Amino acid sequence: MPDTELFEDVACPFCGMLCDDLEVERSAGGLKVRKGACGRAVAGFERKLPASNPQVRGKAVSRDEAVAEAARLIGQASLPLYGGLATDVEGMRAVMALAERSGGVVDHALSEAQYRNFKVLQSVGWTMSTLTETRNRADLIIIAGTDVAALHQRFFERIVAPPASMFGVDAKKRTVVVIGKGLDKAARNAGVGEVVTLPCKPEQVGEVVGALRARLRGFTLNKLDIDGVTLADIDALAGRCRKAAYGVVVWAPGAFDFPHAELTVDQLAGLVKDLSTTQRFAGLTLGGAEGATTAASVSTWLSGYPMRVSYASGAPEFDPDRYAIARMLGEGEGDLLVWIASYSPDLVPPKTDVPTIVLGTPGMKLPKSTHVFIPIGTPGLDHAGRLIRVDSVVSLPLKDLGRAELPSAAGVLAAIEAAL
Amino acid sequence: MLIKLTGGKLYDPENKISGEVRDIYVEDGKIVAERPDAKPDRTYDVKGRVVMAGAIDPHTHIGGGKMTIARMLLPEDHQHDLVARTDVTRAGCGHAVPSTHLAGYRYAEMGYTACFEPAMLPANARQAHMELGDTPMVDKGAFAMLGSDDFFLRQLSEKKDFEAIKDYVAWTMHASQALAVKVVNPGGISAFKFNQRKLDLDEEHVYYKVTPRQIVLNLARALQELGVTHPLHIHGCNLGVPGNIESTLETIRAADGLRMHMTHTQFLSYGTEGDKKFSSGAARLAELVNKSPNVSIDVGQVMFGQTCTASGDSMRQYAIAKSAHPKKPVVMDIECDAGCGVVPMRYRDKSFVNALQWAIGLETFLLVDDPWRMFLTTDHPNGAPFYTYPHLIRLLMDKSFRDDAFQRINADAQGASILPTITREYTLDEIAVMTRAGPARSLGLKDRGHLGIGAAGDITVYKDDPNREAMFVKPEMVFKNGELIVRNGKVVKVVQGATHVARPEYDKGIEKPLKDYFDRFHTVRMANFKLADEEIVRGDKGAIVVQPTAPRMA
Repeated sequence: MPDTELFEDVACPFCGMLCDDLEVERSAGGLKVRKGACGRAVAGFERKLPASNPQVRGKAVSRDEAVAEAARLIGQASLPLYGGLATDVEGMRAVMALAERSGGVVDHALSEAQYRNFKVLQSVGWTMSTLTETRNRADLIIIAGTDVAALHQRFFERIVAPPASMFGVDAKKRTVVVIGKGLDKAARNAGVGEVVTLPCKPEQVGEVVGALRARLRGFTLNKLDIDGVTLADIDALAGRCRKAAYGVVVWAPGAFDFPHAELTVDQLAGLVKDLSTTQRFAGLTLGGAEGATTAASVSTWLSGYPMRVSYASGAPEFDPDRYAIARMLGEGEGDLLVWIASYSPDLVPPKTDVPTIVLGTPGMKLPKSTHVFIPIGTPGLDHAGRLIRVDSVVSLPLKDLGRAELPSAAGVLAAIEAAL
Repeated sequence: MLIKLTGGKLYDPENKISGEVRDIYVEDGKIVAERPDAKPDRTYDVKGRVVMAGAIDPHTHIGGGKMTIARMLLPEDHQHDLVARTDVTRAGCGHAVPSTHLAGYRYAEMGYTACFEPAMLPANARQAHMELGDTPMVDKGAFAMLGSDDFFLRQLSEKKDFEAIKDYVAWTMHASQALAVKVVNPGGISAFKFNQRKLDLDEEHVYYKVTPRQIVLNLARALQELGVTHPLHIHGCNLGVPGNIESTLETIRAADGLRMHMTHTQFLSYGTEGDKKFSSGAARLAELVNKSPNVSIDVGQVMFGQTCTASGDSMRQYAIAKSAHPKKPVVMDIECDAGCGVVPMRYRDKSFVNALQWAIGLETFLLVDDPWRMFLTTDHPNGAPFYTYPHLIRLLMDKSFRDDAFQRINADAQGASILPTITREYTLDEIAVMTRAGPARSLGLKDRGHLGIGAAGDITVYKDDPNREAMFVKPEMVFKNGELIVRNGKVVKVVQGATHVARPEYDKGIEKPLKDYFDRFHTVRMANFKLADEEIVRGDKGAIVVQPTAPRMA
């Protein structure tokens, strides 16, 4: 391997957008993002990896010993819980195989947010768009309750106000409507034609959109004031919707962090559905960091379900409430936690009394429950891999940039399965 | 390793063998000449059994994004068909949209050894191949969807040199690891993004000002001149619309001798006669197909029960969303490349429309004379899940069974169908053509679909049961490359099939305008759009078989 090497067309695994136009240089000092940088990419690619060893109960051991101990714990467990699941396609395949083999439960760290979407999909369906389609076509982008720039720093540069678009919808011809308070800074800096803000709290987005749907259907509403959003604001937005050639409603389910927030997502999907009878509208859901979209997709094609599946009986049994791992740990269900976190050192396992096996990126702060720790590589830095993008359509190859000699989650999980 | 199957009755139409008793020798995965002196490592006594090549499904939606949407959408459908892990097989779920492993096992358990995903969006090709990689037992391949993608529509509307269009078609086949090319509602998926709600054969796309007729002819000619064996696979205009038989017939006439495959024609053979303005166009379709040696079809038979429709045809799937059962349709616009629509559906024998759809499918099977140009499909899962094939085969082979079934459907539909007047019963030879030799020849799989020397040892052994449904539902033995993988209808060994692709020649110069297009408009780099061999071979642990193409013609 040469001392320094420049990689082009590098896909970034640190958020769900998977921008793949990065240039990253590897030298003795580590990785440096030379092109296509954003804060998340720099933090992810340029993070200094501390030296890290496999451990059993805090004591450094060889990888083989750690694998053998993990296999022993999994073999003894009656109901192992496979959580975190921040990995790539190959890692998820290995997780599913091991969960099946050991009669375990699978659930991703960010499932709670994703389930706000899945519950709507599984009850009423929806109409959606993708990143390239939105980039070229959307003349009205309604951002609902979501701090998009915090999740995807390059969303405005690449999707909302791209330098070129195929159908003549250049940035100046686009309108961005932000439903939410304090979320419009990036939109205002993006150089689009018009930015309109309807300031309200995330909990009130559903109510604002409900009022909008009522007005679009021609209902009369009494004078309303939703945290400062008035009927006149709603009606102005209705007018903008009616004039749009291709409107896209954007949200990240993680932004709606309150009980029954799936009802907010239901309003957003319902808005798209109402408008689609005579014109074209679509949704675009964001988030999907930590391999969340990949975990859901792979779990679905292998089991039929987007995680929250138990293999305790041998067959996949699905229950989005019962098999939520955070709930299970809280209520003393399950007797072993297997936690996989390949990307961010901050994705630490939840506090628990059950013994925990952590397959994590070096630098993670390990909880007291950790019995076995095996450092693993980050897909797209330490080994090649594949990830599925947040729109659930596009998947991208991740390169081995040769950062560190660390095994893949897939490799470690396969070794554990072989040792069972 | 030499194995011998002794005393079977062979139905091998590619080699003109019809029920003759012959021994088969398989060495190192391939069928070899008779070796009377050699001592086989393993002998299987198949006396009195019907022996055919492994079956091939040339059109079944088993892998790719829209299938995973469908799986995610239907937890209540999986619930009744959950399958536990065994020492041999993985866990999963079945019925309308089975999990990937289950799809592979159940195809093999039905005697199938190859399956082809007909609607792979190039933008979703990587995932489609991952899912096919997780589908064991069978060989597989996929058809790249073109015709509503903006690069092609721009080429066509800007009247680019036809050679450049051919280069792009070939490039797409390489980039997406495709075996063939399919067009779905030509131009209509794109037109729907511009809020066009219908697009007839000669209607202009509102933005590009090109017509479906131009799109079909350009793609069909491109494939023919590129030397790709499988002709353009066409899902025509107006799917599901009463009266669409007119655009279907006109599409075939437009071919003017170009080779084409019209797919799931049942959904595209509707007239507007009768009180309900919905009638069968099967007889008219069959009459034209019988006269058009350049055209092959598959039926997309409807069977009664719950299923899920999943199609690239976002325009038409949106239009039928109101018939969804349960009511949760999904529609997507995808990547300036294509789209999709996933609409759960329950076909009822007491519904006039569903019953007539069933009858139209059967009429089509029975009125088209040449089984070499007719493939047995339900367009899984659109017309019905693939597990219904044995029942369908019995309907085709057994007139009295068919008549009994006919008595149970909606009475008005009975009145509108000529089915009872058709006396034809398919023979075992014809079934072997329609499920083996025909698809293999059409897809260009030289060593599949037959039992001649050099063919792969993909062999299915059936008990010769006069109840053909019972016979085809549970083969006694299935061999894959000479290995016994299914015994008495159950998987006994899991194997990984190969991925078949075709790689017609193209001028690499096409990557210059393509790179510019990707850089300006796309969110993926051209280099990353392309799916490398290594991803299939190493990532998915499968082999790639490159099927030959004829030399490129100017």
